[in-house]
Amino acid sequence: MATTEEIRTELADIVNEVTGIPAGDVQLEKSFTDDLDVDSLSMVEVVVAAEEKFSVRIPDDQVKNLKTVGDAVSYIEKAQAA
Amino acid sequence: MSPQAGTVAWEMPTGAPHAAILGLGVHRAKRVVPNADVIAAIDSSDEWIQQRSGIKERRWVGPEETLESMALAACEQALAHADIDPAQIDAIVVATCTHTMQTPALAAKLAHLLGTQAPAAFDISAACAGFCHALSLGSDMVRAGTARHVLVVGAELLSEMTSKTDRSTAFIFGDGAGAVVVGPSETPGIGPVVWGSDGEQYDAIRQSTDWREVLADEHPVMPHIAMDGATVFRWASFEMAKVAAATLDRTGISVEDIDLFIPHQANMRIIDAMARAMKLPEHVRIARDIAEQGNTSAASVPLALGRMYEDGTAKSGDIALLIAFGAGLSYAAQVVRIP
Repeated sequence: MATTEEIRTELADIVNEVTGIPAGDVQLEKSFTDDLDVDSLSMVEVVVAAEEKFSVRIPDDQVKNLKTVGDAVSYIEKAQAA
Repeated sequence: MSPQAGTVAWEMPTGAPHAAILGLGVHRAKRVVPNADVIAAIDSSDEWIQQRSGIKERRWVGPEETLESMALAACEQALAHADIDPAQIDAIVVATCTHTMQTPALAAKLAHLLGTQAPAAFDISAACAGFCHALSLGSDMVRAGTARHVLVVGAELLSEMTSKTDRSTAFIFGDGAGAVVVGPSETPGIGPVVWGSDGEQYDAIRQSTDWREVLADEHPVMPHIAMDGATVFRWASFEMAKVAAATLDRTGISVEDIDLFIPHQANMRIIDAMARAMKLPEHVRIARDIAEQGNTSAASVPLALGRMYEDGTAKSGDIALLIAFGAGLSYAAQVVRIP
């Protein structure tokens, strides 16, 4: 089972690939929209890449609840455990 | 005594070995509408629109233009480019979702205005995917021998069906028309179609209000095109990249063999995401007509090809992958040789 930090690191790489934001900025407490300036379309790209990477399903109606990097990491952790 | 059923040979037409696009015509609506003209009603900015969609300006109809006039102009140009007389046209297929007469079909009126001789004439409803659907029909007709020359048209007047205050769609749509003449060919010019639909997402892109509800309203207003942006973006960017790959597979060619990638001009971000997902090689030129034209639904693929012709990006003989997708959710894609 991947640790929280491992998931955050891999997610940070995805955010970096999609948006160019430095991976080091993608910390758990950061808000995707307010702090990282990830817009809704980039968020979709991040989500699709994360689904592949972590073998989970993140439906569109759940994406709006993923406000911070920590929200996304814990969603992925729960989905992997399910 | 009548002969027993099945004992009399029926005469069936013999089609052409292959079908090809013989000529192209386009008409861009005349009024250039920059982002500056649409931002006030949606409390937005030029930068925001460009970042979200890649659109700098769109074309909307001027006072003298109609859906019919745009389609007619595109058809006339396509016939001239193909060097085909209107009398040689056996069928006209129009893809549109903005013809405001539910009957008769726009195709029948065009047939009359063009001076054709009683061709089959009908419209199809497959929204933004309409042109590639109609192109497939035209190609199949020519190969089946049910028509020798088919005029395939995509025409839309979307500015009338755009909510000027809907932040997710007010800046997207444009007006225009494109047409191609499809005819017989000794060599393959239009490849096999890969098409389909995902009815589970039937309402992800839709007319905002059913006509019955519109008429029940005390102050009826024209319905507009509404969509669930994130859902559509995900489907278009990733599922459609798979359809594009499947189309190359079915045609028996690889991504290395194509010169042009001409996707429906929905949103520059979708075009970019598809290109990334498809791992398009450097040499493939990608249509980006949306920046100056907006999303013209069924007209977008021929309009995008038209721009590539005009600026020299597309040359006669080039191999292009076309893919169109939209409400339904529906999609159609095929490989074509540029006339």
